[in-house]
Amino acid sequence: MLVRGLMPDDTDSGLRGGRFPITRLSAIVAAGSQDQAERSRAFDLLVAAYWMPVYKYIRIKWNKSSEDAKDLTQGFFVTALEKNFFHRYDPARARFRTFLRTCLEGFVSNEEKAARRIKRGGNAVILSLDFDSAEDQLALAEPPAPNATDEYFEAEWARSILGLAVEALRSELLAGGKEIYFRLFDRYVLEDPDSPPSYKDLAREFDLSVSNVTNYLAAARREFRRIVLEKLRELTATDEEFRREARTLLGVDPQ
Amino acid sequence: MKWLSDSMVRRLREEADLPDLGGTKYRVIQRVASGGMGTVYLAQDTNLGRKLAVKVMNLQDPSGELASRMLREARIVALLEHPSIVPIHDVGTLADGRVFYAMKLVQGGRLDQYAKENISLPDLLRVFQKVCEAVAFAHAHGVVHRDLKPENIMVGAFGEVLVMDWGVAKVLASRAGEDGAQAEREISGELDIDARTTLPLSSGAEAVRETAGGMLIGTPAYMSPEQVLGKTDLLDERTDVYALGAILYFLTAGRSPFEPASMADARELIVNRTPLRPRHFNPKLPRSIEAMALKALSKEREERYATAQEMADDIVRFLDGKPVSAYPENIVERAGKWANQHRFIILLILAYLLMRFIVLLIFRR
Repeated sequence: MLVRGLMPDDTDSGLRGGRFPITRLSAIVAAGSQDQAERSRAFDLLVAAYWMPVYKYIRIKWNKSSEDAKDLTQGFFVTALEKNFFHRYDPARARFRTFLRTCLEGFVSNEEKAARRIKRGGNAVILSLDFDSAEDQLALAEPPAPNATDEYFEAEWARSILGLAVEALRSELLAGGKEIYFRLFDRYVLEDPDSPPSYKDLAREFDLSVSNVTNYLAAARREFRRIVLEKLRELTATDEEFRREARTLLGVDPQ
Repeated sequence: MKWLSDSMVRRLREEADLPDLGGTKYRVIQRVASGGMGTVYLAQDTNLGRKLAVKVMNLQDPSGELASRMLREARIVALLEHPSIVPIHDVGTLADGRVFYAMKLVQGGRLDQYAKENISLPDLLRVFQKVCEAVAFAHAHGVVHRDLKPENIMVGAFGEVLVMDWGVAKVLASRAGEDGAQAEREISGELDIDARTTLPLSSGAEAVRETAGGMLIGTPAYMSPEQVLGKTDLLDERTDVYALGAILYFLTAGRSPFEPASMADARELIVNRTPLRPRHFNPKLPRSIEAMALKALSKEREERYATAQEMADDIVRFLDGKPVSAYPENIVERAGKWANQHRFIILLILAYLLMRFIVLLIFRR
């Protein structure tokens, strides 16, 4: 049995020293590569970004039990790998995440028609995914309205990308000896998102000058933005799609 | 991986959206407001340590054309050194190719918000008078704003009034005085005619629209008939006077003269329909103020105030209790106004006459 370990340890994949360090090649394009190793790396990236939205979407949209949703999530990605689903994506027709959601809907519908639970074993690929954390998140969040499941998937996609980017930012800044940058960013942006502290408060708290707080936060923000754009570059097939997704997620055109 | 709540996701998106001012002397502190083409941020000038506002365009500018146009806007604004016109300090291009400019940080509220705060009519008119005077100052220097609306006017905590967003301003070389002509020579550079007369940089996406017949400049609810028809060659000071009329209408009636749902709707309403009288919405409004708004909103340019200064003068006349040029009062109204102005003397005379009358009655007995 081949076990792929993706979550949570691989969240920094694809960044510095990671999978596509030089060209930031699109994982969607690479998913159709002749090179097995490249295809496999691309698949890992796609799973890392999408497994959580897929799992939650199955739980919410079809009201599946946790066990069924786990099976369907595993089944979906494994079938995608085996049948090379992602290679069929045509960027002229839709965004990749819309394509993936449509594939998922088709997959779940087929599985339901076949009225069988997916039992995978033997030589099948089993993905090591942190379903418990996904369940914890579902328990914490308000369920969406029944007619808003598409928007829910989009929101979960954004949450997944930004979550991966935060983890990558933490890893990079810590590795670069800039822990204080990440601690400032975490305190200013994530600790109390509804009422962030002022720069003056941060300066007092971290025993820094206000000007250092301004500079460190500017640097952390710059890195974060770069990481998010890299993630998007990897998870889109064309430049146009990349720009569209960047506009959706960040609000502006990337360079 | 850390779980991100909806609030965290929102904050992260905001942070990632903040522009990278790393190559400049400015550091972003937070986003203040967003428009269709640009976003304004509170920032700090690291050299001087002062806070200011930095406006960053949402568009990239690989050719540098946008930067040239913004530089031109900055030069126009620099020409208009007036207490009610916000100065621009700096223009540049960020590492990601977006153009920014730094300007004085204005603290206050937008006129449309200010007008909702139960402000008395004389106070509203004093603010409006300052707007007219700032616009008149620009006109005197050969510059037409072309996108005047309450959202582009700020009112400070101490009553200061600032006319913002000169991004679609036009320099009227033929009417400009020496300053304006000089500015036109200095700022025109290598830009083509359209670029010289059109600066699509306003923060509102609605400020500029491409049409088959040309470019529409302005915001539909405040556009003059010549603007909405795309007759750019006819745009002059009276185009701004029309918008001032629409602003006065908004301040006194509580809504703009027309509320078009689309550009086609705007064309029909602004060109062919007469707006409801402001007194329809505010029956207590003096007729002379209503007349000023409607005069400025005339379909024919020749029937409007010729200049913004004329309109400001009428406002001053009204505030001083004098007749205004837009409203010829009849004898009764004039007598009423005279009586109102001299009511103390009249009361004194009446009291004296009443006393005489009473004394007369007593002695007759």
